[in-house]
Amino acid sequence: MAMAVIWTGMVVVSVVCGLLTGNGEAVATAALEGAGAAIQLSIAMAGTLCLWMGVMEVMRRSGLAEKLSRALKPLLGRLYPEFRRDEKVMESISANVSANLLGLGNAATPLGIEAAKQMHERGRRKGIASDAMCMLVVCNTASIQLIPTTVAGIRAAAGCTTPFDILPAVWLASIISVAVGITAAKCFGRLWRNRA
Amino acid sequence: MSLLFNMMVPLIIAAVAVYGMLRRVDVYDSLVTGGKEGLATTVRVIPALVGLLTAVYMLRASGALELAASALSPVLTAVGIPAETVALMLVRPVSGSAALGVGAELITTYGVDSAIGRTAAVMLGSTETTFYTIAVYFGAIGVRKTRYAIPAALCADLAGFAASAFAVRLFFGG
Repeated sequence: MAMAVIWTGMVVVSVVCGLLTGNGEAVATAALEGAGAAIQLSIAMAGTLCLWMGVMEVMRRSGLAEKLSRALKPLLGRLYPEFRRDEKVMESISANVSANLLGLGNAATPLGIEAAKQMHERGRRKGIASDAMCMLVVCNTASIQLIPTTVAGIRAAAGCTTPFDILPAVWLASIISVAVGITAAKCFGRLWRNRA
Repeated sequence: MSLLFNMMVPLIIAAVAVYGMLRRVDVYDSLVTGGKEGLATTVRVIPALVGLLTAVYMLRASGALELAASALSPVLTAVGIPAETVALMLVRPVSGSAALGVGAELITTYGVDSAIGRTAAVMLGSTETTFYTIAVYFGAIGVRKTRYAIPAALCADLAGFAASAFAVRLFFGG
């Protein structure tokens, strides 16, 4: 529903603003251009996306994805101290994180939900998000993709010859974003507890 | 250093292929199977992209985006974020395909190698569809009280936006 409100808002604001600023004609022309541009964009980015989803599939089948997941376990134990000794939960979390790192969004979500479900089952208070659940969700809302394939696809579509030159910038921004998210979750966790 | 990053893609592809062969995986079959999913993803986002790009094109032609950008630009320039990316930051937490449409529009309008184009790309690559993710996770396990999940996640988003602009300046100057 949120998108319905936003989309309608965008269209209405365009019409009203276009009329008020005398850009009415331009808005009329633009309304017919967007659809074609969307198809062109999709075709242009399809190639890059196909290639990388293929490479990711090789990683998954060859066990590279699983290796990554095992390497992450010690680090994740510190983020979720209450589940450090719970093999099952830790396994789900690390599988979720490594799927995120590899950009396998379709695989990451069910794995993450599995982890959240296990946390919920082990918790005492039902229907309320625990600290670990909040941490899990925050980590999943902060993108930690190693190779941002979709963005690279868009850049290649726009005529960029080195679409991956933004990699170091994406990594740095992701690390800062995740670090702030984790810090915020830890701080809010303390605040919320005191208030409850 | 820049050669290394430009060679990163072929190097990763080659390394993954060799590793796959060593582990006796049918590399080519995996490539094709995975590729099908990539194509399916593209097809899935087309209808959303058509709707969104229509709205974004209209918004841009109407001059509303410039108005919003100039209203918010003092705040944004203070933290070093290009004001032109304001629409992208607003839709990013709500819809992935909308953000893709708005971001692609910025990248083509201002140029892939412009500071704005790069910042938009980094923002897309380093943030997620926050509200969607929160709804899916807590909806799936039946948690109603999400406590501080939303504010904490939005902190991460804001930091990601500011960090994107900062990282682009750091690595590409300007």
